[in-house]
Amino acid sequence: MEAVGLVKQVTSDGHALNIVDNVSLTVFPGESVAIVGVSGSGKSTLLGLLAGLDTPSAGRVCLDGDDLSSMSEDGRAAVRARVLGFVFQSFQLLPAYTAIENVMLPLELVRRADARDAARELLDRVGLGQRINHYPKQLSGGEQQRVALARAFVTRPKLLLADEPTGNLDSATGANIVELMFELNRERGATLLLVTHDEAISRRCERTLRLAAGRLVDEALA
Amino acid sequence: MSDLVLGARLLLRILRAGELNLLAMALALAVAAMATVALFTDRTRLALEQEANRLLGADLVFTSSREIDATFEQDARARGLSALGTLSFRSMASRGDTTLLAEITAVEPGYPLRGTTRIATNRSQQGEAPRAIPAPGTLWGDERLFGQLGLQTGDEIRLGNRSFRVAALLTQDPSLTLSIFGMGPRIILREDDVESTGLLGPGSRAVHRLLVAGERTKVEAYRAWAVPRVQSGVRVEGVRDARPEIRNALERSERFMSLAALTAVALATVAVMLTARRFQQRQQDVCAMLRCLGAGQWRVFRLQLVQLVGVGVVASLIGAVGGYAGQAVLGEWLGSMVGIVLPQPGVAAALRAAALGLVLMLSFGLPPLFALRSVPALRVLRGDVVTASKSGAGAYLVGIACVAGLVLWHASDMRLAVYVLLGCLATLACAAALTWLCLRLLNATSAGGGVSWRYGIASLRRRPLGTVWQVVALSLGLAAVLTLTLIRSDLLDAWQGNLPADAPNRFLINIQPDQVESVRGMLHARLGSTPDFYPMVRARLVAINGAAVDPRQYEDRARRLVEREFNVSWASMLPGHNRITAGTWHASSTAMSNSLSVEDGIARTLGIKLGDRLTYDVAGERFEAPVTSLRKVEWDSFRVNFFVIGSSALLDKYPATYITSFHLPPRAGELLNELVAHFPTVVVIDVASLVSQVQSMIAQVSRAVTFIFVFTIAAGILVLYAGIVATHDERMREVAIMRTLGANRTQVLQAYTTEFAIVGALAGLFAAAAASALGFALARNLLGLPYAGDPWVWLLGIVVGVIAVCSAGIFFTRGVLATPPLTSLRQLT
Repeated sequence: MEAVGLVKQVTSDGHALNIVDNVSLTVFPGESVAIVGVSGSGKSTLLGLLAGLDTPSAGRVCLDGDDLSSMSEDGRAAVRARVLGFVFQSFQLLPAYTAIENVMLPLELVRRADARDAARELLDRVGLGQRINHYPKQLSGGEQQRVALARAFVTRPKLLLADEPTGNLDSATGANIVELMFELNRERGATLLLVTHDEAISRRCERTLRLAAGRLVDEALA
Repeated sequence: MSDLVLGARLLLRILRAGELNLLAMALALAVAAMATVALFTDRTRLALEQEANRLLGADLVFTSSREIDATFEQDARARGLSALGTLSFRSMASRGDTTLLAEITAVEPGYPLRGTTRIATNRSQQGEAPRAIPAPGTLWGDERLFGQLGLQTGDEIRLGNRSFRVAALLTQDPSLTLSIFGMGPRIILREDDVESTGLLGPGSRAVHRLLVAGERTKVEAYRAWAVPRVQSGVRVEGVRDARPEIRNALERSERFMSLAALTAVALATVAVMLTARRFQQRQQDVCAMLRCLGAGQWRVFRLQLVQLVGVGVVASLIGAVGGYAGQAVLGEWLGSMVGIVLPQPGVAAALRAAALGLVLMLSFGLPPLFALRSVPALRVLRGDVVTASKSGAGAYLVGIACVAGLVLWHASDMRLAVYVLLGCLATLACAAALTWLCLRLLNATSAGGGVSWRYGIASLRRRPLGTVWQVVALSLGLAAVLTLTLIRSDLLDAWQGNLPADAPNRFLINIQPDQVESVRGMLHARLGSTPDFYPMVRARLVAINGAAVDPRQYEDRARRLVEREFNVSWASMLPGHNRITAGTWHASSTAMSNSLSVEDGIARTLGIKLGDRLTYDVAGERFEAPVTSLRKVEWDSFRVNFFVIGSSALLDKYPATYITSFHLPPRAGELLNELVAHFPTVVVIDVASLVSQVQSMIAQVSRAVTFIFVFTIAAGILVLYAGIVATHDERMREVAIMRTLGANRTQVLQAYTTEFAIVGALAGLFAAAAASALGFALARNLLGLPYAGDPWVWLLGIVVGVIAVCSAGIFFTRGVLATPPLTSLRQLT
């Protein structure tokens, strides 16, 4: 993945404000990269731009050989379906779907006939084999995030994007989730790009990018 | 896997999770309400029509002065209809030295096809239905025949060449209606006995009739086939054509029921609109996730569409089945109550309601779907991101337009539907604008008051769009309920008031000018009341604005009207039960000495306008006068009414007879014999059966409307629920935060009560205004009923609004209060 000169500008009370300001970065296949920064530094916005969930005001993003900036929203959606997996701070499980249905959904969207089996296997892997028919509200926060991890990895994405994956969890549960995430990442050979303000997590990544006021200020190699 | 299958799977999931319960329930109830009401009104309408047809003795009557082509009878039979002929003529009947001119009707076995004749052995009996028509060589005669010839059953009377035994006293006969202005006592005998009397030779004057009855659709098809094929001079009539009183009453009944049905549709629309909106709000996250996972915009749209249509079809069908069952139960209940068998309903009405439900769903579900299609995927990262086009008013305008179009297409009465639609739209617009204004005013005045009051107000202001939406929906719902309340009480009362228990049931015609005072005196002495007497002159309309009237220029009913002579009356005072709709009543001023006032219905039929000059021929002499006013007449009031009333100066020089109507109490039949004995030329016309027919129609309609009212209330509660849960999620968050910050249960409750009371009061106020305006407009312009408005509606609207919204609000949100704050917050994140 390569981003060049990314800018996201918003207008607030008549003043233009760059939330992401001229960010360029490259993430190589198989590596794990953390973007850290204080709240409001633009981490999540940058992640949204890199995932093609939002369009930059300037600059461009190339993902797995496709230039997202030149694509339509539907084109970007197709790239997401092919390449990306997501884990969110607030889990984003659909409340009306059971655990297994949440995990099946990305496979069903690409018309995979073995969606149920694949989803069950992965839920087993994250330790929720007995709870596949539970609704999100019947699961604890840590369990919900495990379901979210299963959903993210079930399509075998080339790149996993994680947005504060432990932000809503206590530290012990968070540590377990992070452990699981890195394990799955290893097993499945995915590239990992995560946004966090938790230094402990960022230390586990091969590379840490620091963001302040929308700009990359520092890059540290683990 | 196609999107259809995936969409269906997703639908099953959310159905199972209960996510669609409210929407499906709203739709199913909406369809059930519409289906029940439509099916039921359909059945009641059929029953009323069938009941009315009893007055004719048939569903359809062909009348001609010549023999009616036998192919019409054969064709009717071939179509599975019953058909038989009758023959009426006048002849002298004699017993000993006494002779009189009688009206004779010769009938075939099976007569009458609708309704019943009743016969008795003497005049003190009410009579019962005979098993067959008179046996050969016998006849039945009516009370006047018995009275004037001094008959007993078993006596012999002579008709032409032969004598007949009087087998029974005829106490009731449907065909009386057909000869309501006929003269003389009546006789019924067998058609095959007529020839032996030798009374009818070539050239004799007789009226031939063909009576047809059967299933409604078949009769209608037959009528459509027959009318263009009959010879000239043959009249084809249903009860509506034959009796303006019944036509009027039937039309009014239909309007009352259509109106009730439309209120059900209006409520259903609001319920679906509310729940579709909520569904769309809740689906935003699903769509964002689908987009994040790589589904394109149209794919998201297709998947959502499959779900929407799926739930629409299922809920609509459930509703249609429920509606069918509901009306069956109702039909049984009502049928047994009024002692009639309601005809079986067509399945078509249920399917139409289901189709209407589906269109309702799509009208309000599709526009938001277009918005959902473009839910930014970014929403998964930032929950506060909303769709660009949001749930804008534009999308709903499309929905409202679709529903409006459908209602107009569906409505049996276009004008009524237009009134109701305009009423709804006006309520919608006014309620939205005024609520917005009130919120602005509350903004300025909310500084004082306790915490709960301030919080309540703040809660309204925090989501102005939601508040406006809530008030508008509740206003519409309440307005529908209030309008139906008005219909049920005031408007039906007004109709009933038109036809009190002592409404005139006898007409006296052919009273000579010198007999008026004596007849008046006799009626006053016996009944204690003095009815009005009206002069009348037989006149034929010969020219309009100098152009000769040519019957061939007119259609059907209009042609018959210009072919015959009218009874034209004169008066200097407008009869109390008439209302001027255009122009001015000819007061006794000299400027108006030559003028005519025309009933507005016949004016429309004949194309007569205010200011036209009409020329009439009275026994060879002509006069011309301008139309200076148009009048509305209560035909179903059974008082004396005239199509045309002239000024006295214009008409009082012509030879006239007088007419009056009065109420004859039961068991006062002697008065009639006395009248006829004293004034042999006076003719008594019995309209008691017509009066009781219309009275029973009013009673049936009243019951039907009451039932529909119950349904409307149920739909109203659903609207209330949907309106309140529309803000459920936000409320849950607010309560959780308030309670976390230390607010106690009472404080939260008080804040909510404030909020709900304001919403309820506003909705009640707007609803009362809407119902009053609509009730007034409908009464005056469509139902032709006097209605002055009901001040209680305002109080009722506000009180019901506040109580209903507060209690429903507290009831439906009590769960939120009982949930621990942390659980609420966790459920919402």
